Amino acid sequence: MGHLLKLVFRNIFRHKLRSFLTMLGLVVAILAFGLLQTVVQAWYAGADMASATRLITRNATSLVFPVPIYYRERIRAIGGVKAVAVSNWFGGIYKDQSFGNFFPQFAVDHDIWFDLFPEFRTSPQELLAWKHDRRGAMVGRQLAIEHGFKVGDTIALKGAIFPGTWEFNVSGIYEPKDETTITRQMYFHWDYLNERLKQLFPKRAESAGLFVVQITDGSRAAEVSQAIDREFRNSLAETLTETEKAFQLGFVAQTETIVMAVRIVSFVVIVIIFAVVANTMAMTARERLAEHATLKALGFSPGFVGALIVGESVLITLMGGVAGIAATFPVAQGFKALLGAMFPVFHVTGDTVGMQLAAALAVGVLAGLVPSYRASRVRIVEGLRHIG
Amino acid sequence: MKIPLSYIVRNLWTRRVTTLLTAGGMGLVVFVFAAVLMLDAGLRRTLVGTGSYDNALLMRQGSQTEIQSILYRDQASLVETMPEVARSASGDALVSREIVALIAIPKRGSDKPANVVVRGVSPTGVGLRPQVHLTHGRMFRPGTSEIVAGSGVVDGFEGVELGVPLRFAGREWLIVGTFEGGKSGFDSEVWGDVEQMVQAFRRQTFSSMLVRLRQRDEFASFRDRIATDQRLTLEVKPEPVFYEDQSRSLSQFISILGVTLSAIFSIGAMIGAMITMYAAVANRTGEIGTLRALGFRRSSILAAFLAESVLLALLGGIVGLLLASFLQAFTVTTMNFQSFSQLAFGFDLTPRIVLITLAFSVAMGIVGGFLPSVRASRLEIVDALRAA
Repeated sequence: MGHLLKLVFRNIFRHKLRSFLTMLGLVVAILAFGLLQTVVQAWYAGADMASATRLITRNATSLVFPVPIYYRERIRAIGGVKAVAVSNWFGGIYKDQSFGNFFPQFAVDHDIWFDLFPEFRTSPQELLAWKHDRRGAMVGRQLAIEHGFKVGDTIALKGAIFPGTWEFNVSGIYEPKDETTITRQMYFHWDYLNERLKQLFPKRAESAGLFVVQITDGSRAAEVSQAIDREFRNSLAETLTETEKAFQLGFVAQTETIVMAVRIVSFVVIVIIFAVVANTMAMTARERLAEHATLKALGFSPGFVGALIVGESVLITLMGGVAGIAATFPVAQGFKALLGAMFPVFHVTGDTVGMQLAAALAVGVLAGLVPSYRASRVRIVEGLRHIG
Repeated sequence: MKIPLSYIVRNLWTRRVTTLLTAGGMGLVVFVFAAVLMLDAGLRRTLVGTGSYDNALLMRQGSQTEIQSILYRDQASLVETMPEVARSASGDALVSREIVALIAIPKRGSDKPANVVVRGVSPTGVGLRPQVHLTHGRMFRPGTSEIVAGSGVVDGFEGVELGVPLRFAGREWLIVGTFEGGKSGFDSEVWGDVEQMVQAFRRQTFSSMLVRLRQRDEFASFRDRIATDQRLTLEVKPEPVFYEDQSRSLSQFISILGVTLSAIFSIGAMIGAMITMYAAVANRTGEIGTLRALGFRRSSILAAFLAESVLLALLGGIVGLLLASFLQAFTVTTMNFQSFSQLAFGFDLTPRIVLITLAFSVAMGIVGGFLPSVRASRLEIVDALRAA
């Protein structure tokens, strides 16, 4: 065993350039694989954040149709419901329509909103200030960092759905509970939106985009959802109630094709690097045919010769793989800074690291197998006759 | 004196396995590269093909999509009287007052609903879009709850078939026909009578208005007339420009993702080529010495190895393109971020993409093969011959 390891190690350094290039290729491939897997997970960030005790009630036709606001009281009266809050997608334009300046804004029930979402950490003073300021807004930490928003700033938005210019005062900044919490959005008073709509477009006032329903017991989610939808059956606006997770997964399903493509491509990169490593090992084994025959002539078993090649292959891929994993973390940080608008949560998980390691190992073993089988089967006489 | 091409080709043939693995790796990179370009081209063709410069689209100022837009009846009547608007033989204005809404239908093969565009059009509206023609059944009759569905909706969604009713907005709508929109965005829509839909969706207003211009070049005067009329708070765009704006963020997303991936993957493939070529140089040191002794110049040796690398890459490029060309049989349905609705589009292999892809693979060959070729050309005759 000791001999084997020593030989494997020495062999790697025989062709320094080749080994180095192969490892470099692995670093790039494992890094790309890790990033793509993280992208796929980032897609599910909204669903991962979902709580089992929150339901979403919205218009059954589709999300773009509102629900009358008076549904709020009727939902609250249903058994198992603890609290109901309204949330309207505002869709305002900050500065210009560029992708980087886009962020979600919601008009919500200010008095209970942050009680429903304990994953947002707020300071009591700021929360109180927000509740008292009709034009106040709560801004997420990440959003605040991106645009440099501070408490006391004014944010002006141009309404795309609700015309006009809307100004908000930053009352506070909420913090994430952990790295899976999205804090790239802004919340403001639904009352403020409604009041202005009453003046400008009375027909569009008094309506809710959707309701967030908190229930007392997560295991009764299905039952309560049905009870809510039954309440509004055959009304002007029939509702569709589902768990927050299902609601968020519905969004993911809309872009499922992209997620699928990214996932496939992440495995393509592993196949590409497999071709590279397999090629390296095939060349190496061919060059050393005479040497392997010599080893056999000296009495080493075919298994030893085979293990020599697989060992070298695995060692190269593992070294490259580990370097690739190490590089994933800083690169993911840079990626997040660059594409925070697209992926507010971009966090390399333990699962990803495990998959990276497994991929490197699998490539190493598979790439070494064929040349190792050939080398172990080579007839001594033939091998000795072979000239490198 | 130049080294003949047949010599280079035979070299590649001799090391079949290595050639195959290296070219295979490069082929996969080229496949990903070409697939992304084809997808982007398909998306552009779909959305740009959706409009005609003979038509102008009017929406409320500041709204980015038809869904957000509101257009009042009196505004529509006013626009119809403008001199730039084309008229039929009987003097009717060739305009279509339209309502655009989203409904949620389950995607085929999953129970997750996705958003589909429902468009209510005026009787003249169908004629304003000559690329749309019926494939089965007949057109909806004005004044009835009949609808026709685009081919993308029929193929991609559950329960959308000729003769089957579709339930939305509190009514059953009978699908009396299916239409083909010439690979435009209309393929992903459901059409019905606008007045019926305005009632069913309980609105008093339209979403947008499509106007056939008397003459294409009168667009500027039409736009100015609308801008100066205080009663109209409308924005007007040539139809193709509107649809191009709609595709911008999805197109941007696809190209950014694709270019990044191709760049990272090509590093891996170039390293593969480099390893192969370095090994080729090392194995053929004696041969190189002989060639030099025969009178071939250093530059010829450099050219020969570079040509071998380029040939290798070109082989990979052709394999990758062949693979990618099969993608043309597939259709991708995903959510357009801007319009919030599903859009079906295909992979489009244009001559331009073939050229770009081949150029990309040649570039990979040159970059990967350059250093090894330089090493080959630098070998001293005596040393090289001794190595053999």
